[in-house]
Amino acid sequence: MAMHQPQPDLPPPVAERGALKWLRENLFSTWYNSVLTIVVGYWLLSTLIPLIDWAFISAVFSGDGPEACAPGAACWVFVQQRLGFFIYGFYPDELWWRPNLVFALFALAVVPQFLPIAAAIRKWLAIFGLTGLPVAAYFLIAGGHFGLESVDTSRWGGLMLTLILAYVGIIAALPIGTLLALGRRSEMPIIRGICVVFIEFWRAVPLITILFMASVMLPLFLPEGVTFDKLLRALVGITLFQSAYMAEVVRGGLQAIPKGQYEAAEALGLGYWRRMRLIILPQALKIVIPGIANTIISLFKDTTLVLIIGLFDLLGAVKSTLSDPAWDNVMAEGYLFVAFCFWVFCFGMSRYSHRLEKNLDTGHRS
Amino acid sequence: MSQTNDPAVVAPDQPVESQASSQEIIQVNDLNKWFGEFHVLKSLNLSVKRGERIVICGPSGSGKSTFIRCINHLEAHQRGQIEVDGVELNEDLKNIEAIRREVGMVFQHFNLFPHLSVLENCLLAPIWVRKTPRKEAIDTAMHYLERVRIPEQADKYPGQLSGGQQQRVAIARALCMQPKIMLFDEPTSALDPEMIKEVLDVMIELAGSGMTMLCVTHEMGFAKTVADRVIFMDGGEIVEEAPPSTFFSNPTQPRTQAFLKQILDH
Repeated sequence: MAMHQPQPDLPPPVAERGALKWLRENLFSTWYNSVLTIVVGYWLLSTLIPLIDWAFISAVFSGDGPEACAPGAACWVFVQQRLGFFIYGFYPDELWWRPNLVFALFALAVVPQFLPIAAAIRKWLAIFGLTGLPVAAYFLIAGGHFGLESVDTSRWGGLMLTLILAYVGIIAALPIGTLLALGRRSEMPIIRGICVVFIEFWRAVPLITILFMASVMLPLFLPEGVTFDKLLRALVGITLFQSAYMAEVVRGGLQAIPKGQYEAAEALGLGYWRRMRLIILPQALKIVIPGIANTIISLFKDTTLVLIIGLFDLLGAVKSTLSDPAWDNVMAEGYLFVAFCFWVFCFGMSRYSHRLEKNLDTGHRS
Repeated sequence: MSQTNDPAVVAPDQPVESQASSQEIIQVNDLNKWFGEFHVLKSLNLSVKRGERIVICGPSGSGKSTFIRCINHLEAHQRGQIEVDGVELNEDLKNIEAIRREVGMVFQHFNLFPHLSVLENCLLAPIWVRKTPRKEAIDTAMHYLERVRIPEQADKYPGQLSGGQQQRVAIARALCMQPKIMLFDEPTSALDPEMIKEVLDVMIELAGSGMTMLCVTHEMGFAKTVADRVIFMDGGEIVEEAPPSTFFSNPTQPRTQAFLKQILDH
């Protein structure tokens, strides 16, 4: 009997390979799929090509003024010319190095979080980002100490202001929200009552109303001569509003922790705060990372509402420039620029939250 | 936790003995507990000597788990006294925490902390409650992980272990606090049959080392091997209490006889 020889692996027929197979299975599997593919393909080509042409190919990217722009093409000269205002608002030009230094520190804390470097370094940079950075940023941007010239908050604006509002909102709302969530689950009726009222009040009022109240109504109730900084009022409003949302997100996580975890921690003799800090919150916060990211992203975008109380955040800065008669018809460019900036930051936060979820995964829950 | 002044709490009539060095390490007097309207523990009395090993059995719903959970105040009692190692268990948080430091507990569902490695599970309480230096705590933890025959898993997470391994880690975690008393709340009920033995072996070894143990369990073989006393509970009451030799061969109460018939004849 002849020895059996294994047959060599042959490549599959052409129609079963690569792009052709993919096309056949996904785009042309039946006659109506084929028709759909052709119609949608035609529509995409007929809109995308002019759009790409408008935004990139024929677009004018640099020049000295409105006259550099061509009709029927994007005029990015507008963004290029007014970039300083979009980023810093009315912050004095000669002091831009101060916010720039803050941006650099911010990048130092944030960018490594996406890079494959030692976890300990990332952890310390993250701690710096949450503690040292806000303090350093305050002294650098506001000035008034260490021989730095003081810059009034009314001159802050643009992307810088958006980032300040969002950053302060985020790092204040998360701990306050966590405390509120713990308070709402407290066995002490007074603390529970206070937390419930707080959460239900702030969550039920639109942010616009809160900002209006903070900027228009609050001064009426204060004794004459006592004024709060307008930015500070907006910050407090945003923080309280968002901590109410955050509290409910965190409470969802607390409820997902099995009772046995609380009991095991109690049985070991850990006190309330240690039980929460070491056992319950690390697990609860991990579960609600998607919800926290959601809240933070919406907070970031909600900061644009400060426009209505006369603060010029990124959107406000761009919008105010659009009324400049020297620049005609650049509305699309302006809003696209704003959308792009917001997208970059929000997408970054989304990616980071996914990464965090993956890094903290320790297999099955008990 | 709030300081409640429940009218149901009646002042003790007799003075409570408080001698840390006495023979009795647990003293339970007239213990009563209600879940709402339901009277779940009815006037229980029990005293446990140092080094004594007690098995509590009974049908489900008889209050046996609730009873041992009262001993470290996972459940609050409404009437009666519990004294553990000379400390009276009341609503005072200081007393509760003092007692919990000396009482280890092993749960039916292990309740390991899934976000911490096996070693970190064992380090947590010694470091944060006993303030043991980390290096010393690691030595103790590895010692107990070796005793439960699982030192090689120290860096894994609970989710990566089998049920039997998790329960052995839970025993080691409780032992790391070097407690005077160990409570076991149905430690093998959630395990696959082939894993029950590895956990019971660890418990038998622990019993041999002189640890005071209270075990709620259905493992009658274990009761026969290690228990000094078997307690049978039904309907929130202690129905019968005897050394295993008499308990299994010569139960006096008809309710006990019926129960033993149920679980031994199959």
